[in-house]
Amino acid sequence: MARMTMIEAVRSAMDVSMERDDDVVVFGEDVGYFGGVFRCTQGLQAKYGRTRCFDTPISESGIVGTAIGMAAYGLKPCVEIQFADYMYPAYDQITQEAARIRYRSNGDFTCPIVLRMPTGGGIFGGQTHSQSPEALFTHVCGLKVVVPSNPYDAKGLLIAAIEDPDPVMFLEPKRLYNGPFDGHHEKPVTPWSKHDLGEVPEGHYSIPIGKAEIRRPGSAVTVIAYGTMVHVALAAAEEMGIDAEVIDLRSLLPLDLDTVVQSVTKTGRCVMVHEATLTSGYGAEVVALVQEHCFYHLEAPVVRVTGWDTPYPHAQEWDYFPGPARVGRALAEVMEA
Amino acid sequence: MGEKGRKNEGMTEFPQLSLHVPEPAVRPGDQPDFSNVKIAKAGVVPRPEVDVASEEIRDLAYSIIRVLNRDGDAVGPWAGLLSDEELLTGLRNMMKLRAFDARMLMAQRQGKTSFYMQHLGEEAVSCAFRKALRKGDMNFPTYRQAGLLIADDYPMVEMMNQIYSNESDPLRGRQLPIMYSSKEHGFFTISGNLATQYVQAVGWAMASAIKNDTRIAAAWIGDGSTAESDFHSALVFASTYKAPVILNIVNNQWAISTFQGIARGGSGTFAARGLGFGIPALRVDGNDYLAVYAVSSWAAERARRNLGPTLIEYVTYRVGAHSTSDDPSAYRPKTESEAWPLGDPVLRLKKHLIARGVWSEERHVQAEAEILDEVIQAQKQAEAHGTLHAGGKPSVRDIFEGVYAEMPAHIRRQRQKAGY
Repeated sequence: MARMTMIEAVRSAMDVSMERDDDVVVFGEDVGYFGGVFRCTQGLQAKYGRTRCFDTPISESGIVGTAIGMAAYGLKPCVEIQFADYMYPAYDQITQEAARIRYRSNGDFTCPIVLRMPTGGGIFGGQTHSQSPEALFTHVCGLKVVVPSNPYDAKGLLIAAIEDPDPVMFLEPKRLYNGPFDGHHEKPVTPWSKHDLGEVPEGHYSIPIGKAEIRRPGSAVTVIAYGTMVHVALAAAEEMGIDAEVIDLRSLLPLDLDTVVQSVTKTGRCVMVHEATLTSGYGAEVVALVQEHCFYHLEAPVVRVTGWDTPYPHAQEWDYFPGPARVGRALAEVMEA
Repeated sequence: MGEKGRKNEGMTEFPQLSLHVPEPAVRPGDQPDFSNVKIAKAGVVPRPEVDVASEEIRDLAYSIIRVLNRDGDAVGPWAGLLSDEELLTGLRNMMKLRAFDARMLMAQRQGKTSFYMQHLGEEAVSCAFRKALRKGDMNFPTYRQAGLLIADDYPMVEMMNQIYSNESDPLRGRQLPIMYSSKEHGFFTISGNLATQYVQAVGWAMASAIKNDTRIAAAWIGDGSTAESDFHSALVFASTYKAPVILNIVNNQWAISTFQGIARGGSGTFAARGLGFGIPALRVDGNDYLAVYAVSSWAAERARRNLGPTLIEYVTYRVGAHSTSDDPSAYRPKTESEAWPLGDPVLRLKKHLIARGVWSEERHVQAEAEILDEVIQAQKQAEAHGTLHAGGKPSVRDIFEGVYAEMPAHIRRQRQKAGY
């Protein structure tokens, strides 16, 4: 076991995968020589050569389009979109090409690609470096959507994503790269080296896509979260002294519905938390499923805590970010209902 | 007056601005006019070495490489590459594609399928190009390159099964008619979107180079969709990584109802777009089977020798409608195709073969009958497996299969809800 940050964990996942399989290639903007603006690919070009890890032109549709062609050839591209906010020029390639190639060709061609992209706010990135576009992917049939919340999961899930036969959108909460940020921006973040889930095996292992994890067992209320919000939810439960069960979805598509339904059936109360905007957000889907499957067990209306339905502001970042105080108020609200 | 209409009172030394919106020379009711299409004489455009730098052959992006002259003779430095036998096969493939199209258009009118797209006038482009590729190479086609399949002897019955979305449809009823897929025949699944495949072809070619393979890729696009940003992305990536790819632009003059001038803008030709990327760019007579073969073979050799991409513009004319959902008489003169100065690809090759002494009017008529019979036989076989609204169909289960390698629980629940 080694201590790793989330950056080191995703790098290790790519390293292990490239070592094991010559067909794995890594590319994107600033990804080659420099090793990526978040340094996730540092050292990979030096180790595997320029034809397996390289810089690309600033062209997301080019990055994803060429990755799709490489996958059709038989490679397994794991490409980086520098910020999730930059993926829109590639959206056509993602939604109408990558997602449908298996289906439309009846398996004659497939598209085993991974798109890694830093997501979410908390770094004063303003509206073009803070977005959480996961719902724009979960709405697309044919994609898988993964959001890890810690180094151990990030490595295991990224290896699973690279080995997956279908396209996987791998959203890395950038505020978690260096530590389990719980929303208390005024305090320094605990480094991953002091966290259990910063302990990461150096070799190969994978975590199946589609399995949620209960981060805190509890009986009073179920909190459903993923990515950064897992740590915010844990902090909120602790600070409010509420015996919440915190579910880390890890994979949004496919969704581990069984874990969600079991928990809400037990607690009878549910809070859905995400950083992305509210309207038509991923939480709407989860809450609809909770309503369908747990209606007669619910003691209170399900509450969502999310980013506001506005662009992500710059200076007012911490009034936008759904931090532990807002999650805590929602917990109190469902407990009182 | 609102902001939009307000004149800037301070700027008096310049006239008012006006927006330029290009228009074709003629519209329905006018006399067809192709005087703006400058056509080089057959045989006059030089054939450079394959390792030439793009800036040394700038002229080739503005001229038109032609081999067959008006008398049906093959002339100039691009001639002499194909044997009698190969040319006869080429003629046969083009005739087969034309007969196939005619039968399938009729089938669409009879309600046996929902939609069809024909190649009339453009048969030489895909039929001749296929012969410049080898087994294992990969095309990323648009919807008007079925000649790639015909010329590679892909079974017509399979194509028809797909068009009819019947019980034997290799794509299980999921795709619009003619959006074929055949990895075995080097034919990437057609999207139906435009331009996306162009950059994918570059990626496939990059992969082949990464793996030190010997196979090459071919990208296909129409004149209209060169305006898409994916076209630009493809040229950037092809240029940067010197990908072993042939970048084909089929300029058939019309993008549904929009004349080519709207996508081309101020650049003289579509081929010229390659020059800014340092990609050798050639323009070729797309209705000349010999010229198409010669130029695409030149480009294929460049790719195989790791010299990088080549951009080719095939100058041709879409004689038919864009698709069965289109009526071109609404936007262009009805007789325009007859005035098209590059003629008909089938008739031109036929004339050449007669001039070579290996073909005759009688044999042509006989071949037409044989080919029609072959197409009808295939059609009968396909129709025995059903047509869109009658006979054998793909299963409702096929809606739910194949979205992922392994069906996730939520799709399984939906399939069960649908009763399957």
